[in-house]
Amino acid sequence: MNYVEKFQNVSVLGAAGKMGSGILLLTAIEMADMSLKPENKDKLFILYAVDINQKALGGLMKYIQAQVFKAAEKKTIALRKVYADRKDLIDNLEIIEQYVKDVMNIIRPVTTLESAYESNIIFEAASENPDLKIKMFSQINQNSKVKPWFLTNTSSIPIGYLDKEAKLEGRVLGVHFYNPPAVQKLVEVIKSEKTVAELPEFATQLIKNLRKIEVPSNDFAGFIGNGHFMRDALYGMNEAVKLSAQMPLIESIYSINKITQDYLIRPMGIFQLIDYVGIDVCQYIMKVMKPHVTDEDIHSPLLDKFMEMGVKGGQNSDGSQKDGFLKYEKGKVTGIYDPETKQYIAIESFAAKCDAKLGALPTTIKPWKAVVGNPAKEEIFKQYFAELKTMDTLGAKMATLYAIRSKAIGQKLVSDKVAFNEKDVNTVLLTGFFHAYGPINDYLN
Amino acid sequence: MKLRKKIYMVAGYNTISMGTGRKEFNPKKERPGLEEYMKEAGQAVLKQIGGAANVDECVVGNFIAARFNRQANMAGFFPFVDEGLKYKPCTRVEGACGTGALALMNGIKSVLAETAEVVLVVGIEVQNTVKAIYGADILAAAGWSKERKDGHAYFFPGKFSDRAGHYYEKFGKEKTRKAMAKWFVNAMENARLCSTAQEFHNTSKDLEALGMMEPNGRSFVDNLNVFDCSKVSDGASALAIVSEEGLKRCGIDKKDAIEVIGFGQTENDITKPPADHTKLDTTAAAVKKALEMANITKEQIGTVECHDCFTIAGIMATEAIGFAEHGKGIDFVLAGNTSRTGEVPFNTTGGLIGWGHPTGATGVHQAVTILEQLTGKAGDAQINIKPNRPYGLTINMGGDDKTLVSIVYKKAE
Ligand SMILES: NC(=O)c1ccc[n+]([C@@H]2O[C@H](COP(=O)([O-])OP(=O)(O)OC[C@H]3O[C@@H](n4cnc5c(N)ncnc54)[C@H](O)[C@@H]3O)[C@@H](O)[C@H]2O)c1
Repeated sequence: MNYVEKFQNVSVLGAAGKMGSGILLLTAIEMADMSLKPENKDKLFILYAVDINQKALGGLMKYIQAQVFKAAEKKTIALRKVYADRKDLIDNLEIIEQYVKDVMNIIRPVTTLESAYESNIIFEAASENPDLKIKMFSQINQNSKVKPWFLTNTSSIPIGYLDKEAKLEGRVLGVHFYNPPAVQKLVEVIKSEKTVAELPEFATQLIKNLRKIEVPSNDFAGFIGNGHFMRDALYGMNEAVKLSAQMPLIESIYSINKITQDYLIRPMGIFQLIDYVGIDVCQYIMKVMKPHVTDEDIHSPLLDKFMEMGVKGGQNSDGSQKDGFLKYEKGKVTGIYDPETKQYIAIESFAAKCDAKLGALPTTIKPWKAVVGNPAKEEIFKQYFAELKTMDTLGAKMATLYAIRSKAIGQKLVSDKVAFNEKDVNTVLLTGFFHAYGPINDYLN
Repeated sequence: MKLRKKIYMVAGYNTISMGTGRKEFNPKKERPGLEEYMKEAGQAVLKQIGGAANVDECVVGNFIAARFNRQANMAGFFPFVDEGLKYKPCTRVEGACGTGALALMNGIKSVLAETAEVVLVVGIEVQNTVKAIYGADILAAAGWSKERKDGHAYFFPGKFSDRAGHYYEKFGKEKTRKAMAKWFVNAMENARLCSTAQEFHNTSKDLEALGMMEPNGRSFVDNLNVFDCSKVSDGASALAIVSEEGLKRCGIDKKDAIEVIGFGQTENDITKPPADHTKLDTTAAAVKKALEMANITKEQIGTVECHDCFTIAGIMATEAIGFAEHGKGIDFVLAGNTSRTGEVPFNTTGGLIGWGHPTGATGVHQAVTILEQLTGKAGDAQINIKPNRPYGLTINMGGDDKTLVSIVYKKAE
């Protein structure tokens, strides 16, 4: 079966979720584009959107339609060529509407897993629950006649483990999109020891067609992205707890968040990133990673404490940020949660005091926004870190140690053979986390 | 042909050209519509000419509100602008992007025919009602409908991209692109001096670099970048066309008026491609007629408002007028002749690229700009009108060099 034939029958599991909906969108467009090629005009393409949440499936179809419209508006130039022989379609609007119909016509929203029995390709983006994933995989695998390929979006469960438990005989591959899949360029691809060779070949072609960036990762819980992020976050949380011996916890959280954003010139501070991903999601991923990581304690009592108090972070359905460690108003951080009083304390009431403790900012500091797309950023960072490491302020010292730790985490991912090389680690942080520089660098040497 | 009587233009007014570039523009928020623009521009002129009672006739130039705004029968808005216009003869005219000057021509001819002494002329278009990709469908009506199917998604940029491509081939891409970038830089520098211009708020530092951006056929057209293009605009421009008698009736001093001393109106077959893609023949014919009627030479022209729907069209216009030989328009522009301090400043408030291009209004906006410049009322955008070059020239074009009007003006005396 070639690439096109494989794509003639596909299922997305958990299609109505955050990741599933994005993967469904990308897949639907990829399939429609294939179906519109002259040589494929007689072939049938079917894409099952499988989710147990009936209500969410309705919303999903609306979302997909709106997104396909936008995608079509962006590629109208190419679509006019695709529909060149359709004399009845003249205006851009007519062509765009036809394309939307053609994409939507491929998708079948369903609530039952049985539909997936016919599929050659199963994209899986159901909830991050090993037992659920294993149950779905083995049920499909046992009932299917086509020996399907399973492409899972799991963030943390080892692929070999899923393979073994669901008895998939090497027909499973980690294809780890980032959130939101329609926008984020990075895809981590994870083979298990047993993964059959055709799967990664297929994934490589798909990722190329989607114009995304593929980074291979080895099959260790968390892979490269979460492997780095979870350890980086743990370090940040532990530092905040340590620092709280000298100041109230809200102030130490504020300080570490500031150090990781401003001093390290990142798009957001570490606590904001944890909130963005979700405190619950982070806790869960650590829990899944923990048994697979034996030389480190992948666990944060601070996360547990906040979860117990019902402070979870994550996003609202409109994409806005829910409150977590930090409080957000119109996208801006305005407060920090105080577990003692169980309320958010306005940052203005203590920020000046903390800033003074951290000391003067380095003179060569620049905001992330100003450097991320700057062609001269290499020079800027050299100069900046050279200044940072000579400074004697609390902020500069903690930032330096943080950068050293971040680099060590990256290097350990390579020495543990999670990543194949240092460049891959940097690519993941640059493209998946929008860092302006890779953690493995020589700026502090 | 000679004009049988004197024709004046007075009481000009431009609304803001609204769209991307303006700080107040937010595509998600509700904006003024046809009604507001008609009222603002129409009433501003009426106020300067002593009210609706002085008006004999009205003409509105509008390209295609029927599709942008689901509105035809635009003449019906005059009594809405002022009740005093009820029961007066009102007409809407259309000639694609050359609509505005057709409206002017209608006014001029009414005065010449002595069926009116005072004609209120408004040009108007409100185009930000749809996304650019759908606006392109609507604007494609300026070309031949039978060509739409095989045309580019961005139909008109596609047409002028083809022209630019031919020009690159014949006269060298590098220099042509430099001249196009220079045209863009001039447009922005001029627009920054005119508070109603769409690019009035423009603060880009390296305009030259923007202009030189390599075109990308995958996301737009092969031979033009977005800075080579006029804007998508909402706006209206208006003025009054009056006879000697009309001037008196409205109580307007001649020092506040300009006189139309020549015009040329030409048409070409909408079903035919240009004979030579590197030339604007219909434009050249219109300018020739206008200069002949005015009985002046091009060397006496002090300022030009030309139809730079794309930078390449601006360059070709310099050749169509005869300022530069065929293929030398790029040198003419690069040498700075068309900039505001050059020999003949072009498009002194930014033109279609800098001021904006509310299609039906553009021809009227050009006349208003000449009126302001020749009467010394152009404010920060005022250029120096040299005594040996006292005349102003406008060129308004509909479609791909199809429907053309060129007019020669001088300060009234
Ligand atoms: N959210 C992220 O940032 C992110 C990034 C990369 C990978 N992932 C991974 O993607 C997967 C999905 O995460 P998400 O954030 O989209 O979660 P989500 O909760 O938004 O979506 C999960 C979906 O699965 C559906 N589902 C649950 N049980 C099901 C069943 N038995 N049959 C069919 N559908 C079922 C749910 O109804 C829901 O729509 C997880 O493995 C997660 O680790 C998430």
